Amino acid sequence: MIFVQGLTKSYGTTYAVRDLSFSVDRGEVVGFLGPNGAGKSTTMKILSGYLPADAGEVRIAGFDILSQSLKARSRIGYLPENVPLYPEMRVAEYLRYRGALKGVRSRRITEKVEDALELCSISHVRNQLIGTLSKGYRQRVGLADALVNEPDILILDEPTIGLDPGQIREVRELIKGLAKRHTILLSSHILSEVEMTCSRVLIINKGQIVATGTPAELRERSGIPCSGSIRMEIQTADRKIAEAVLTTLQSLKTIASASIIEGIQASSSASGWTRYEMIPVSSSSSGDPRPALFEEAVRRGWKLRELSAHETSLEEIFTSFIARIPATTATKEPAKP
Amino acid sequence: MRVFWILWKREVASAFQTPMAWVILFFLLLVTGFNFYAGVSVLNHGPTEVTVVESFFNTVFFWFSFLLLFPLLTMRLYSEEYRSGTIEPLMTAPVRDTQVVLAKFFGVLFLYAFLWMPTGLYFLIFWWQTHLSSAGAIGAFVGSYLLLLLMGMFYLSLGCFCSSLTRHQITAAVMTFAVIAFFFLTGLLSFLAGNVDTMMQGITITFSPIDQMTQFSRGIFDTRPVVWYLAMTGLCLFLNLQSFQARRWRS
Repeated sequence: MIFVQGLTKSYGTTYAVRDLSFSVDRGEVVGFLGPNGAGKSTTMKILSGYLPADAGEVRIAGFDILSQSLKARSRIGYLPENVPLYPEMRVAEYLRYRGALKGVRSRRITEKVEDALELCSISHVRNQLIGTLSKGYRQRVGLADALVNEPDILILDEPTIGLDPGQIREVRELIKGLAKRHTILLSSHILSEVEMTCSRVLIINKGQIVATGTPAELRERSGIPCSGSIRMEIQTADRKIAEAVLTTLQSLKTIASASIIEGIQASSSASGWTRYEMIPVSSSSSGDPRPALFEEAVRRGWKLRELSAHETSLEEIFTSFIARIPATTATKEPAKP
Repeated sequence: MRVFWILWKREVASAFQTPMAWVILFFLLLVTGFNFYAGVSVLNHGPTEVTVVESFFNTVFFWFSFLLLFPLLTMRLYSEEYRSGTIEPLMTAPVRDTQVVLAKFFGVLFLYAFLWMPTGLYFLIFWWQTHLSSAGAIGAFVGSYLLLLLMGMFYLSLGCFCSSLTRHQITAAVMTFAVIAFFFLTGLLSFLAGNVDTMMQGITITFSPIDQMTQFSRGIFDTRPVVWYLAMTGLCLFLNLQSFQARRWRS
C-alpha cells in the first residue's frame, strides 16, 4: 500500500531523510520509531503529499504522490504532528467540512461524521468550539478527521503525544481497532507504545532506517541476550551467607552464570536482602530455570522476595541500534568542484 | 467546482465566526455613516455643485476607511494557516492549489461586498425621506459601486498575494498597505503637474482611485480603469498561485 524508494530530503545542508526505502503492505500496522529529529515527521509529510522530496519515489496505493497527487491524497488519512485545527469551528461542523473536502458524498456525510464521532468517542463535544477543547480531545478530533472518509491508509504522526495515560490507553485501543480495516503507519518515540500496537517496527535514526522487523525479530537481531536474565532476591543475614547462596546458584545446571547486583544488597544489616542476577543456559521456555530456583529456595529455606524473568525491552534494542550509527553521517559532505 | 464551494463556504463562515468581520463592519458603518451625514448636511447650507453620492465617495473619511479595509481583510488569509499549521491538513486533502487560491479570493471578495452593501441603505433612506435622488442619474450609483468592486478585486488579490508570502500577519498587512498606498498616491501626481498635462491625466485616470472615483460617481464611465483593474487582479492571483505553490519548495 505504501511504497517508498530512495527517499531523500534535506533542509539546507542537513539531511532530514537520506535514501530511505521501505514498504508497507495492506493491513499492516507499522510503527515508525526514532529519536526526536530522526526524520519521522519529514517522511510522513512527504508521504502525505505535503512536502515534495528532493529525490526518490513514493507510491500510495499504486499512485505516485507527485504526478497523481490527488488520487494518492484521497486514499490517505493523515494526522499531522500537533494536530492543527481551526479553533473557530465546532467539532461536527469541522468534520462535515473535512469529509466533504475529501470527497464524501453529501448524502452520506452525516452518517460518516456520526461514525467518526462515535469511533473517537467525541460525540458529546460535537457542538463545542474546537478552540475550547483540551489537548486530548483535539487529538481525537484530528483522528476523527483522518478517519472520516474511511481511507485505506492512515498516517499518524505521534498520535499519543501530549495525552495523559488514560487517554493514551484509549487512543491505543482505538488504533488497535482500526487496524482491522486500515493500513496504518504511525510514528512515535515511545517504544512501549509501538510494541503494543504495531505488527512491524521501522527504526529510523538520522534519516536512515537502521533496523526493521517485528519486535521479536528485532530482539533477536539486536545481539542482546534474547530472553534476558533472571532476578532473584533473597534474605541473607550477612555477606558470607550471601556468597554461599551465590555459590549454590552457580552450581545449578540450568544457570550459566550468576552474580550479586552490587549496591542493592544491604549486607550490614542483619536481615538484608540480596539481589542476584542469573543468565540461564537455554533461552527457550522449556528451559526456564525459575521453577527449579523456587524448589531450591524451598528446600534450603531461603526467604524469597522476588523471582522474575527480565525480558529485554524494545528500549534496550532501540538504544543498541541507534548507537551503531556514527554521528557524522547526518551532514552533507561539502560539494567538490 | 464542488471543492471550490466547500472551501469558499468555509472561508466566508470563518470570517463571520470570528469577531473580525463584525468589528470591521461596525467601524466601517460608523465612519461611512458619519460621512453620509456630513454629505447631506452640506445641503442645508444652500445649493452645491456636487450630489450626495459624489460627496460621499470623495471624502477623507471614505478613502481612509477604504484603504485600511484591505490589509485588515486579507492579512490573515494565508499567514494564519501557515502559522497555525492548518495549511497541512488542508493541502493533504485532495484539493488543488488553484481551488484554494480562488476560494480564498472569492471568499474575501464576498465579505468585502457584504461590508459595503449596507451603505446602499443610506441612499435609499435619503430617497425615502426627501423623494429626491441623491445622484444626478442612476448611472452614478452603478458607476460608484462598480468601481468599488473593481478596486476591491485588485486590492484584495494583492492582499491575498502578500499574505501568501509570509507567516506573519502584520508583515502581510504592511506590504499590502504599502503597495496600495503607492497606487493611491500616484493620484497626487496630477496635483503636482497642475492638471494641465493630458498625458499626466491619462496616467492618473488609470492608476489613481481618487480621479477614477470622481469620474465614476458623476456617472462618467471609462473603460481604462476597468481593464486595468481586471488585468491587475488576474496578475495578482497568478502571482498568488505561484507563491502558494512555491511554499513547498521553500520549506
